Amino acid sequence: MLREKYERVPSGCAVSGILDRSGRRFSGNDIIQSIALMRERSNGLGGGFAAYGIYPEYRDHYAFHMFYDDEQAREISERFLNEHFNIAEAGPIPTKKVSWIINEPMIWRYFVLPKEEKLTSSGLLSDEFVAQCVINLNKRIDGAFVVSSGKNMGAFKGVGYPEDIGEFYQLYNYEGYMWTAHGRFPTNTPGWWGGAHPFTLLDLSVVHNGELSSYGTNRRYLNEFGYECTMQTDTEVAAYLLDLFTRRQGMPLEIACKIMAPPMWDEIERMPDDERTLYTALRTVYGKALMNGPFSIIAAFNSGMVALNDRIKLRPLVAAEKGNVLYVSSEESAIIEICPKPDKIWTPRGGEPVIGMLEEVKA
Amino acid sequence: MKRVYALEEYCVGCRLCEINCIVAHSQSKDIIWAFKVEEPRPLPGILVEEARPISFGLQCRHCDDAVCIKSCITGAMHRDERDTVVCDTDKCVGCWTCIMACPYGAIKANENDGKVVSKCDLCPDLSQPACVSHCPNEALIYVDRG
Amino acid sequence: MISYVLPEFLVMRDENRCIQCQVCVRQCANDVHYLDEKDGKVKADDAKCVNCQRCVTFCPTHALTIIPNPQEFKANANWTKKAITEVQKQAESGAVILTSMGNPQEYPIYWDKIVLNASQVTNPSIDPLREPMELKTYLGRKPDKLEFDEKGRLITKLTPQLVLNVPIMFSAMSFGSISLNACESLARAATELGIYYNTGEGGLHSSLYRYGKNTIAQVASGRFGVHANYLNAGAALEIKIGQGAKPGIGGHLPGEKVGAEVSATRMIPEGSDAISPAPHHDIYSIEDLRQLIYALKEATNYTKPVSVKIAAVHNVAAIASGIARAGADIIAIDGFRGGTGAAPLRIRDNVGIPIEMAIAAVDTRLKEEGIRHQVSVVAAGSIRNSADIIKAIALGADAVYIATSALIAIGCHMCQKCNTGKCNWGIATQDPQLVKRLNPNIGARRLVNLVTAWEHEIKEMLGGMGINSIESLRGNREMLRGVGLTQKELDILGIKAAGE
Ligand code: SF4
Ligand code: SF4
Ligand code: SF4
Ligand code: SF4
Repeated sequence: MLREKYERVPSGCAVSGILDRSGRRFSGNDIIQSIALMRERSNGLGGGFAAYGIYPEYRDHYAFHMFYDDEQAREISERFLNEHFNIAEAGPIPTKKVSWIINEPMIWRYFVLPKEEKLTSSGLLSDEFVAQCVINLNKRIDGAFVVSSGKNMGAFKGVGYPEDIGEFYQLYNYEGYMWTAHGRFPTNTPGWWGGAHPFTLLDLSVVHNGELSSYGTNRRYLNEFGYECTMQTDTEVAAYLLDLFTRRQGMPLEIACKIMAPPMWDEIERMPDDERTLYTALRTVYGKALMNGPFSIIAAFNSGMVALNDRIKLRPLVAAEKGNVLYVSSEESAIIEICPKPDKIWTPRGGEPVIGMLEEVKA
Repeated sequence: MKRVYALEEYCVGCRLCEINCIVAHSQSKDIIWAFKVEEPRPLPGILVEEARPISFGLQCRHCDDAVCIKSCITGAMHRDERDTVVCDTDKCVGCWTCIMACPYGAIKANENDGKVVSKCDLCPDLSQPACVSHCPNEALIYVDRG
Repeated sequence: MISYVLPEFLVMRDENRCIQCQVCVRQCANDVHYLDEKDGKVKADDAKCVNCQRCVTFCPTHALTIIPNPQEFKANANWTKKAITEVQKQAESGAVILTSMGNPQEYPIYWDKIVLNASQVTNPSIDPLREPMELKTYLGRKPDKLEFDEKGRLITKLTPQLVLNVPIMFSAMSFGSISLNACESLARAATELGIYYNTGEGGLHSSLYRYGKNTIAQVASGRFGVHANYLNAGAALEIKIGQGAKPGIGGHLPGEKVGAEVSATRMIPEGSDAISPAPHHDIYSIEDLRQLIYALKEATNYTKPVSVKIAAVHNVAAIASGIARAGADIIAIDGFRGGTGAAPLRIRDNVGIPIEMAIAAVDTRLKEEGIRHQVSVVAAGSIRNSADIIKAIALGADAVYIATSALIAIGCHMCQKCNTGKCNWGIATQDPQLVKRLNPNIGARRLVNLVTAWEHEIKEMLGGMGINSIESLRGNREMLRGVGLTQKELDILGIKAAGE
């Protein structure tokens, strides 16, 4: 059987996310508790977390989280990293033995900055340079996998139930202002550590529940802009689309969401002129970026997060607020579990993004 | 009243209107019986006039001021309760005055019995005249143009 | 001289049913049926029959059947009946064999070797009767990205687009090759359906200008009927470089078909042959094409998208890329099964490549060059049903052109004798007696029915795949699997084999 990386696997899932807009940092306990409640929605074949604000001491460095299948993969990768980056600190990510978690790869972490001369000779901005390096590492070095590569953030994932993964990485020892989590229910494959969510690209991380019926169309579209979907996952598609629109094309986040989950033509016909022109243009130009089929995703980046549902809401998504804190989750219960009395709790409509931004960014 | 109108631009001269008129006025209402077995075979109430490429189906206009009725010497030609101009074949003596009077040439002598006339009766038993239903090119329409 | 060519068909008349009504006599423009005055019986001269089935359809007693002539030559797998007959015909005529409609030879039909996907469990299928299902399609040039001002307002203005309610258009068929009633049927149906029909290379009859909103005006190498009003009459323009049925050669409308109306519309003398040159004599290279595209845009003040239509030939992908770069907004590709009003048989049957391969190759090439999203691609050349459309779109087309199926909808029985001008169904003829056989009220209605039926089927198939908008099918080759194809064919189509 092909390893998951080489074959697309349908899966159902649970997602959760917490953001304190004030930037207050809190431990990974809440997010573990929230995702653990939805154990029914996972089957132990994948769980993961993205944590933001966890490396304030290295806030300007790119934090590489790596999986290695073996020593050799590590050696080759480190040679590559040394060639392109100045490494400020390197070492294995501390983990704890958890009986359910087996067959883990070697898990390493590096805080790096691109080498000046490499940046200059490549002619790229540093983000783009890092992004290219990540793509090269994943593509070229067998047995090595970049789990995350953003600044002041990291992804922690693996094969197992999410709460066990949280325990394995001892996430209660980290503090961040934003956390997202994912519990996975793939329909086959023994599960591959790299295939667990979140999927990341620089500081962008995506957790996703659903299956895109537009995968082939989206992938070919991304391909035209130089994205190669090597992971064969829908999550990767969602992440690249967001990256293309918000980072590379500099589009407002709301608009990017409206491309991925646009209103129906009927609805567009009824809009006032300005809006109709806008949405008609979005759908005309970006039709192939429409994510069709059921999904709920939570995408996070240093400055905040967005939760989005497919336009006819074929997957669940609930949001809540208490004070500065924004909660989003597949199920209401997973929010109530950690925030019993929210100020406000609601079910966003299909295609209506829930956006939460850090206050310092908003100002 | 509703009348049959011919759309000359679509008439292809196939004469299926005539044939189906005959069938509709036959005893068996079966085309093969009507043509191959039944005697006498009814005459069609519609007649296709043709000077190619022009052709159209012609039949009684059921005129409001019908000269055939006025000219009929026995009262056979009359207007029935549906306002249709029809001929009571029992009363008709075959004098053919109506044939000469009709400005459209829509009445024909029935050569089967030499005396009685044959003309369109708008198919009283059908929801729509047979010629209209069977015209393959919608060159006959059955509408009320006043 | 006695003809060695066997009658192609035999006319079988069931004497138990025939009522000698002579409907068949009056309907056959080939004078096959006649009334034998001596015995009052209707008889047939089989040799003239082309199997158009007008008489069969019109016979009120269903007494007629046309069968292929069972007479065979001594069995020979190489010298088939067809091969022998063609030699005989040419030995008698000394001429190129003319024929019409699309390539009927036994080449593989890839549509029939591709199967579709449907959702089961992991992704719900969608019921088009209960949920919205969107087929709206915009054809035209698209920018790489939209620009917004700091307040998030849209700055970019889109260039003109064609808006289709269903991704189906009626392909180019000229007034001259088909009758005015056929043109009118297409124009009216396109208007009612919210789609477009294409004028073909014969100009636009004055009575059809009122359907301009749903018209694509074609400009071909003969430039028949092309003038400023014509260019501005439609919603889009199309430069015809080639046609699937006869790549590499121009059109030929025999003088017999050039009556007063055709003559006025095409701006050529009555009774003269209308021969369009093989190439455009102002286009010998891609730069020349660019000039013509922009000349047309200038002439219409940049208010209309410009399409370029080519026949699918071996290097279609590279040509399409050149066309996209030359500034075309839409590229129409016509596969080798595309129909025609008249073509030399050898060309029709031997030149060009299948549309399935062409679409896959073009879509992939444009994608690799990063320009696929900028232009629209329209597939043509024997789209027989809604499944062919779904497959064409999943292979990468934005929309399809249909012509043969549209003609079948309005009566064509595929006798492949359009070139004779004696179409018994009032389609490929200018004979007033025959033209009136196609009532445009009926023609338009039947076309609307056909496209509406296909629309329902497309929605149903999309729903089954868990897709609720046609754009999510474009180039979505994951939804296709090949059955009985070689690895090379699968690779070119860019699809996996069933079971993979
Ligand atoms: S059936 Fe219709 S088309 Fe045929 S002759 Fe009668 S009126 Fe004309
Ligand atoms: S149309 Fe049919 S019934 Fe009439 S003469 Fe011809 S074969 Fe006989
Ligand atoms: S040519 Fe057509 S109408 Fe004439 S006999 Fe043959 S099938 Fe019938
Ligand atoms: S259009 Fe007429 S002549 Fe041409 S194939 Fe069809 S029926 Fe025959």
